[in-house]
Amino acid sequence: MNSNFKLALLLAGTAALGACSKKAPEQLPPPPAEVAPTPAPTPTTPSGPAVGSQAHFENAVNGLNVIYFDTDRFNIDNTDAAALQTQAQYLARYPQIAITVEGHADERGTREYNLALGERRANAAKNYLVSLGVAAGRVNTVSYGKERPVALGSDEASWSQNRRAVSVVVN
Amino acid sequence: MKRMILALVFVAVPLAAQNQDLGAPVAEGGTLERTTTQASQAEDEGGLSFTVTDESEWADLGVAIPAFATDRDISTPANSNGTAALGREVARVITSNLRNNGLFKPVGPDALPQPSFAQITAPNWGTWSGRGAEMLVHGYVSARGDGRLLFGCYLYDVALQDELVREGWVVPPADWRRAAHKCSDLIYSRLTGESPFFDSRIAYIAETGPKDRRVKRLAIMDSDGANHRFLTLGSATALTPRYSPDYKRLLYLSYVDGNPRIYVYDIGTGKQTLVTQSTNPTIAPRWSPDGRYILYSMAVAGNTDIYRVPASGGQSVRLTDTPGIDIGGSYSPDGSQIVFESDRSGSQQCYVMNADGSNQRRLSFFGGRCATPEWSPRGDQIAFTRIAGDFNIAVMTPQGRNLRVLTGGWQDEAPTWAPNGRIIQFFRTERNTGRSALWQVDLTGRNERRLPTPVDASDPAWGPILP
Repeated sequence: MNSNFKLALLLAGTAALGACSKKAPEQLPPPPAEVAPTPAPTPTTPSGPAVGSQAHFENAVNGLNVIYFDTDRFNIDNTDAAALQTQAQYLARYPQIAITVEGHADERGTREYNLALGERRANAAKNYLVSLGVAAGRVNTVSYGKERPVALGSDEASWSQNRRAVSVVVN
Repeated sequence: MKRMILALVFVAVPLAAQNQDLGAPVAEGGTLERTTTQASQAEDEGGLSFTVTDESEWADLGVAIPAFATDRDISTPANSNGTAALGREVARVITSNLRNNGLFKPVGPDALPQPSFAQITAPNWGTWSGRGAEMLVHGYVSARGDGRLLFGCYLYDVALQDELVREGWVVPPADWRRAAHKCSDLIYSRLTGESPFFDSRIAYIAETGPKDRRVKRLAIMDSDGANHRFLTLGSATALTPRYSPDYKRLLYLSYVDGNPRIYVYDIGTGKQTLVTQSTNPTIAPRWSPDGRYILYSMAVAGNTDIYRVPASGGQSVRLTDTPGIDIGGSYSPDGSQIVFESDRSGSQQCYVMNADGSNQRRLSFFGGRCATPEWSPRGDQIAFTRIAGDFNIAVMTPQGRNLRVLTGGWQDEAPTWAPNGRIIQFFRTERNTGRSALWQVDLTGRNERRLPTPVDASDPAWGPILP
């Protein structure tokens, strides 16, 4: 149901989750342990964002810190679930980190309803993370309704990017 | 006039953080005193009587409004050029008020001769007949010894050469516009048979900046846009204000602590308190008509329900209890019922319940969605945002019948009623740019106009008529 192609492509590219690649690889991939895409253990990465920064989180989860929703919906579909699993793995690796899930809606809703809808979306993401073992106390939520769009057009392409829940590292 | 004095004791939460976004407090308005005009007048007979919805035949009712006269042209804090100049300003304000609702054809002081002080109570009929104006407004300004200003307002029927109504007010100089609004209300009420609405105020959200970094500030103004003030500084997003019925406080949503929370802002002191002590987000604040209760909606673990709390503080009562989003709420004028919004059936629809939360039932069954319902102060209509492709302002009866769509914008949202239940304000958002402005429309849907505001605007909330 989720129409975000970019997300789907990114997702298909991640080794841990690419369960359905069409071509058999020449060599067997390494066992799919809980591997977030690339973040090698900190000592071997000479430069790059520091642990605890938003940039480090986003790099580590390959941009999957954002999930997207259909109009007026707040359910976690397969694409969202995969992204949240990646986030949960990151949080498992860095137990000192807490996040805030920001729930957003597109502009095609009334202001107050959208605040409530963003709250639902943020909580849906939070509940899924908690179901994966993340302590509830490490996941805050906040709704911005339609007040903080990222895509500025008044068309479905923009609205689909704005119906989102964004995980942000708490500093 | 009944005055409500609410002795309020809010639980003080002296968190410095929650006052961070507040500007300097605004002085509360002075009191307006109604004075009896000396001559007794048979004013209950012989007036005009129309209904506003049938305006076609009298939209051209001409009203001549020459400058108010003065007995002594002396300097006043209300106008540095003196009371004569002030009298001209008052007539301009009245002219602008009467022009802006599509019911009259007013002619203002800049196109008319100036009557003398003596002529205010004895019009020179020869001057006024033959000018095409059926109605004549006369008035005067007089600076009193105690520093206040006395205004007299007279409405004459030119053909009958007779006085229809008169009234007088004493106001502090800073409130001179209120006298102009009271005079406008007197004329409007006398000629339409409707309740007054000009002497009232509007709270709204002032918006600036690009669509993805919009600055949203709490602002207030008179019904005609004058006396505009920003109440918050803009560092935190402010949304959805509601004036208390006595104009002493404002409910609104602020992100000042990082989360959406409803605050009760005291206009006189410039301080604010949380509507309820909770770490849960609170949204969609509303007053009961008598100002004794506050409705707010609160999301607990993502599920939003409507709560009621005494305005003086105390225990909250949950009024709704469904897994859907239940939000908003607008009391019937008698306080016995609440119309609200819920998506318990799968999409946003309007529901009604008793004020204690009992007997909840759906009102809107006409396709599309029903959002942000607001009960008319007259009780006879409910205005709401109708979502059917575009967003438009519509009205229905309290029984959910007689749907009438009043506007045709791309995104018209959040109706608020004029105190007399005859005009609806709302905000219209522009496609793509996201810029928004306040508009108003009458119940015929034919008289629509944009309200001038210093910057972009949304979430209008019209307060009641001032006492």
